[in-house]
Amino acid sequence: MNVPEDLKYSETHEWVRLEEGQARVGITDHAQAELTDVVYVELPKIGAKVQAKAPAAVVESVKAAGDIYSPVTGTVVAVNEALENNPALVNTDPHGEGWIFLVALDAPEELAQLKNATEYRALIGE
Amino acid sequence: MVDFGGWHMPVQYSGILDEHHAVRNTLGVFDISHMGEVFVSGPEASTWLNLLLTNNVDRLGIGESQYSFLLNERGGVIDDLLVYRLEESKYLLVVNASMIDEDVAWMQSHLRPGVLLENRSDEFAGIAVQGPLAAQLFDRFFEGKISRPARNEIQRYEADCTPVLIARTGYTGEDGFELFFQAECAPTIWNAILEKGADLGIKPCGLGARDTLRLEMCYPLNGSDLSPDRTPMEAGMSFFVDLEKPEFIGREKLAQQREKGVGHRLVPFKMKGKTPPPRSHYTVFKDGNPIAETTSGTVSPTLGIGIGMAYVPAEFARINEEIEIDIRGRRFPATIQKKPLHKK
Repeated sequence: MNVPEDLKYSETHEWVRLEEGQARVGITDHAQAELTDVVYVELPKIGAKVQAKAPAAVVESVKAAGDIYSPVTGTVVAVNEALENNPALVNTDPHGEGWIFLVALDAPEELAQLKNATEYRALIGE
Repeated sequence: MVDFGGWHMPVQYSGILDEHHAVRNTLGVFDISHMGEVFVSGPEASTWLNLLLTNNVDRLGIGESQYSFLLNERGGVIDDLLVYRLEESKYLLVVNASMIDEDVAWMQSHLRPGVLLENRSDEFAGIAVQGPLAAQLFDRFFEGKISRPARNEIQRYEADCTPVLIARTGYTGEDGFELFFQAECAPTIWNAILEKGADLGIKPCGLGARDTLRLEMCYPLNGSDLSPDRTPMEAGMSFFVDLEKPEFIGREKLAQQREKGVGHRLVPFKMKGKTPPPRSHYTVFKDGNPIAETTSGTVSPTLGIGIGMAYVPAEFARINEEIEIDIRGRRFPATIQKKPLHKK
């Protein structure tokens, strides 16, 4: 399983990449492998307030619908519109082209509570 | 892996979409060992089965099968099953995994002299090979030692390891075979099928693809689309009910429904355009009013669109009727369709 060193991870299998005070969010390689075959992504609205550990988006595979929890608190400033036509990007490039939303942080100190790559590998048993 | 009727089973191997397309285009193999195998024999076997089941076993020649329903006194579905006539007075019933105990208890409570009922579910394994290349694999596998059974027929073959019952049946809408045999031989047979089918593109398939394949064909799943509170008439399955038979459990209600019509009807629907996939227990709306709850739903891998089924009031059970499905508080348009949703 691909667990990039430069990302932070939540216990609910989202990743965060810090980009100049904003946090880009997606689901981990492990999460997409568990879900498989993503067929629909319900994106948050730009301008929406998201709370850490609260549902912010929905990813649906053929198998099931899964809530995506925002790892951080803040305001959604961008969403990955490419997923509307190509939701499978979540499977093919979960940490890159398959990102889901970008958040302007309200509380950057929350990032300290997220896991690093080593801790996340331990969580998924690798 | 998930628990399914007490069995630990894979939802998928390589992925539901991949497995689904393998079955539609080439070949897939399913472990169906969870299904129940109940044998009914004895001089009164035929008469007794006709009292218990909706279809008519007298129409079966030896080696033939039919789809049938086991009903409660109210005409509701306890289980749907396949009846194979193995000999003049010997039948194999293949029943749903989650219903084995309940079916057998119901049958025991209605047992009569002259009927031997044997639940051999534990000693039997089952494997289904499904897909347009199934006949080709059959010929390779048996190397001309036996000819293929015809559609819906069953025959016996003595393999090295075990006697095998081979039926030309399935739950996918494709050509295919279902094999029932002694469980200890399952790994040998499973591996041999995968090996012989490798260059034909065979894929092992899990419960996920089994569900998307059957739903495209509008085959009902007991516990989802069938229930003790719904009759085969409401489920649109009157073809498998023989009301010419003077007596069978549940007949009274079904005869009444044939005469007066049904209040609700199970219909398939298709979403319009790009929507989240519908799933079971979503509310169905018509002209702003809730009229039903979905019993099944998924995204059809073949059609690339959301599909499902629901019991809607009979007045709306018309092809092309416009409905809406509530998905997480938003309503998305759909239309009622003709069965099956996937046509070849």
